[in-house]
Amino acid sequence: MLTIQSGKIKPVLFLLLLLPLGMLAYRFYSDGFGANPIETINRYTGDWALRILLLTLAFSPFIRITRWHNIIQYRRMVGLFAFFYVCVHLTSYIVLDQFFDFSEIIDDVFKRPFITAGFSAFILLIPLAVTSTNKMVERLQYRWIQLHRLIYLIAMLAVLHFWWMVKVDTREPMIYAAILAVLLGFRLIYYIKSKI
Amino acid sequence: MLLKTSKPTDLKESDITDQAVYKDRRKFLQKSASITALSLAPSLMLPTMASADIGFDKIIKSDFSTKDELTPQDAITSYNNFYELGLDKGDPKRNAQQLKVKPWNVLVSGECEETGEYALEDFISPGKLEERIYRLRCVEAWSMVVPWVGVELGPILKRFKPTSKAKYVEFKTILDPENLPGQKREVLEWPYREGLRIDEAMHPLTILAVGLYGKELPNQNGAPLRLVVPWKYGFKSIKSIVSITFLEEQPATSWNIAGPREYGFYSNVNPSVDHPRWSQKRERRIGEFLKRETLPFNGYADEVASLYSGMDLKEHF
Ligand code: HEM
Repeated sequence: MLTIQSGKIKPVLFLLLLLPLGMLAYRFYSDGFGANPIETINRYTGDWALRILLLTLAFSPFIRITRWHNIIQYRRMVGLFAFFYVCVHLTSYIVLDQFFDFSEIIDDVFKRPFITAGFSAFILLIPLAVTSTNKMVERLQYRWIQLHRLIYLIAMLAVLHFWWMVKVDTREPMIYAAILAVLLGFRLIYYIKSKI
Repeated sequence: MLLKTSKPTDLKESDITDQAVYKDRRKFLQKSASITALSLAPSLMLPTMASADIGFDKIIKSDFSTKDELTPQDAITSYNNFYELGLDKGDPKRNAQQLKVKPWNVLVSGECEETGEYALEDFISPGKLEERIYRLRCVEAWSMVVPWVGVELGPILKRFKPTSKAKYVEFKTILDPENLPGQKREVLEWPYREGLRIDEAMHPLTILAVGLYGKELPNQNGAPLRLVVPWKYGFKSIKSIVSITFLEEQPATSWNIAGPREYGFYSNVNPSVDHPRWSQKRERRIGEFLKRETLPFNGYADEVASLYSGMDLKEHF
């Protein structure tokens, strides 16, 4: 079994997870985000929020397959990064897209199913982010595990959010849905196996 | 009747001039020289026909033009919904060469006397090209101000002598799945088709465009011949037209087939009828930061509202 010093992995992973933000900054300097910069920023941050969210769900199947248990310690950081990108995405919607027009925003949240799904995902992520400290893990114990199962629902809402947004070309959200199905399917199989 | 298409003519390097006057008047975010250079690259500006053939040298100004500030040319030619050339807004420019525009014929059929296949040049009376600066409002809630070059559709349609049964006009885009990357998959029902009521088609604001910014239309903008109906959402203004049919019944239209609840036959710009998935109250003018109010009929209500008197526009959206 491969052993890598955890002290080195963490900063590298941290920088890797910051890379999408760096690439966004780079695009700003290279083409100013094209003709519709606000749309570009919003979609770009949405894409990365979803990818990193799915990455957190990949940890446990990956560990089961590779038995590389060490890496579990990095999951929290990845999860917090997912929350971070969702926050950037939401901020770009509130500040750039709607420019603090809260009546429009509230309208969107209640009238547009794709925004309702995205917003629910965001709200549900908050308690997970808040309870991610060591102290909270210790304090909540089994309830912490239960609470963090919300991530399954959040991921499904996030994929739905994307699916309901597109006009006709569902290919991209379909790919994410397929990945999510595999990640959740894995858990289901293990769950069923553990019962027999 | 079959009329001969004009012979292909080469475009000289010197014909490709910088539209610097119009460009970059207003910048929202920093744009580098690279994209500007790209949009002017000769390979993307291949001529669809010789300028002189159809009178690009003497374009008439029009009173119908808006005084709104023009959207920069590089935005108009790099941010396109033209699914035949790809689904991403940057695809049509990248794949522009996949649209073969020479030679180009238009089939005229249905309820008219002069049916037949016509060469492109027969749609444009030499010397009659007009510049029409129109607002363009996309159903996706963004907008542009575009200096089209074209001719009024009405007089053209009349030349084909529509019969008294001609109540609607149907338009179709080229079908060429071998070359057009977007037509390899059935995202929409190909060929793309659109339609207008005959009085909408005859309205003086309705034009067939052959040019943009004083030059031939770039392929990604619907070369060589496209419809422009400025008071309707952009998808009604069908691109790269190969067929015009006069009909007694209302034709089926591509986006209406794809989403009948989301895209109506009329699709007049209307801030009080939301798209089910987003608001139509406001729009982002490309190049501006704050959204602006969307105007009924895209600001052309004085000219066209009477076409719909007595109609419930919430029902006929
Ligand atoms: C877990 C939370 C969320 C995730 C993972 C997420 C992800 C995404 C993704 C993947 C897209 C599509 C990007 C593309 O087309 O490539 C998207 C679009 C969008 N999201 Fe989110 N989102 C989340 C929450 C939210 C929230 C809370 C809001 C606002 C209240 C929001 C507003 C939007 C909007 C307006 C778009 C459409 C952008 C456009 O049409 O140009 N999202 N999001």
